[in-house]
Amino acid sequence: MLLNNHKVSLSGRSKIVSNKDMTFAEKIYLPAIIAGFGITIHHFFKKKATIQYPEVKRPIADIYRGKHVLKRDDEGRERCTACGLCALSCPAEAITMIAAERKEDEKHLYREEKYASVYEINMLRCIFCGLCEEACPKEAIFLTNEMVLADLHRSDFIYGKDVLVEPSDKRVDISIRQTPEVLSFKKDKNQTHNR
Amino acid sequence: MFKVTIDNHTIEVEEGTTILQAARMIGGIVVPPAMCYYSKLKESGGKCRTCLVKVAQGSARDPRPLPKLVASCRTPVADGMVVQNITSQEVIETRKAIVEFLLINHPLDCPVCDQAGECDLQDLSYDNGKEESRFEEAKRSFRVIDIGDKIQLHMNRCILCYRCVYTADQLTDKRSHGILYRGDVSEISTYIQTDVTNDFSGNMIDVCPVGALTDKTFRFKNRVWFLNPMNANRSCSKCSGKVTAWMRGGEVYRITGRKDQFGEVEEFICNECRFEKKELSDWTIEGPRNIKRASVISQNHYEKSKKPSVILPLENRTVSLDEFKNGSNNEIQL
Repeated sequence: MLLNNHKVSLSGRSKIVSNKDMTFAEKIYLPAIIAGFGITIHHFFKKKATIQYPEVKRPIADIYRGKHVLKRDDEGRERCTACGLCALSCPAEAITMIAAERKEDEKHLYREEKYASVYEINMLRCIFCGLCEEACPKEAIFLTNEMVLADLHRSDFIYGKDVLVEPSDKRVDISIRQTPEVLSFKKDKNQTHNR
Repeated sequence: MFKVTIDNHTIEVEEGTTILQAARMIGGIVVPPAMCYYSKLKESGGKCRTCLVKVAQGSARDPRPLPKLVASCRTPVADGMVVQNITSQEVIETRKAIVEFLLINHPLDCPVCDQAGECDLQDLSYDNGKEESRFEEAKRSFRVIDIGDKIQLHMNRCILCYRCVYTADQLTDKRSHGILYRGDVSEISTYIQTDVTNDFSGNMIDVCPVGALTDKTFRFKNRVWFLNPMNANRSCSKCSGKVTAWMRGGEVYRITGRKDQFGEVEEFICNECRFEKKELSDWTIEGPRNIKRASVISQNHYEKSKKPSVILPLENRTVSLDEFKNGSNNEIQL
């Protein structure tokens, strides 16, 4: 019924345009110009919509989904085992990785016998949905509050392990992302992988 | 010909057919899962107990039910037999317990395991198992050993189905591995560190339902769901040369036999095809293989989906709207 050749105003504020002759007051334009200045001056005294960005920052959510981090475990070994589930779950297909086998003398570097020798996230493809975080069976990848900054070249947006893996001396705190549900799940002895 | 009814489907089969084979002739969800039975290997089956079914009526002559659940891979049908698989709550409960048993010593190292994504045990526990494990004791553990330069054995993951032993026995000229010890300490091994180098020994990788025997030339190379399985062939003097080439881009990552809908290879292939021919130029690519939509391997492979045949046009439906709402008609529910 509604669609039957009737123009429907979505906002309900549309005005019907007419071609009737203007009156003298309208023809000299001055009242309209003064009214326009009034609106402009009115805005000088309103609260500013902008902020001075680097000095002032807008509040963000505690679990803001920004740049990824590849976590290390308590002993400083990389948690990621290159299982590929993050890449599988990624709707934007932003994650690629190459797996490698851990050698005998690398046991202090990697947690499992397999690790990611190359792990890349294309930040231009990434939509920061957090599905990789959810899919990860090893609690290796998390999103952080840190923003992905602008850059000059497309190739610079492909973040490798040098950017993503957290430094051993500067650990990234992700405990706020571990909700009570997540923590109770982790303590559950019935879940075999938690032991 | 014997008439047998499995989950209300009646079929006539030859004398001597097992219940599992009869169920496979019917096909679909009636087929019991099987971890150790392999139709191409003689004597296989009867070990894992996942294919247990309930025989509600022994035969037309003696309609009493069998006292216990029977392994369908080892039980021949009788005339007038009535079998319950998924229609029996007892079978479903038992299967849940069997999965729990199989997983007692099976490590949860799927993120590391090369079999993940095409693993029978993964599918089995996903379809029939419980979400949690009640087993708190230490799992048995073994060192990873190489049996030959192409095959690696992770004894931790083994469920002792004996398929690889039968493969070596029936396919190769000389069996050099088997099961040592007994009970829960039994393990698959070669006799004093000999290599398994027979021409068809690579097939034990294909028949292994779990990731116990894996291809060393494919170890950690890629995850199976990132690869495209393609039908490929070459002229080979030892085998039929008909294989599945697992490819990504123009690169062949690994070669396996072609597996049918029950996860069994159609034809066994030789080691030369499997391990040594990894160049695209070695193979004639026939085209992509059909993958079950439920399989993780079909992820990100965009294919046109077909309308399921069970959805009939409205006028042909004999079910009333109330029945449809209550979901009493399973066919339409699909």
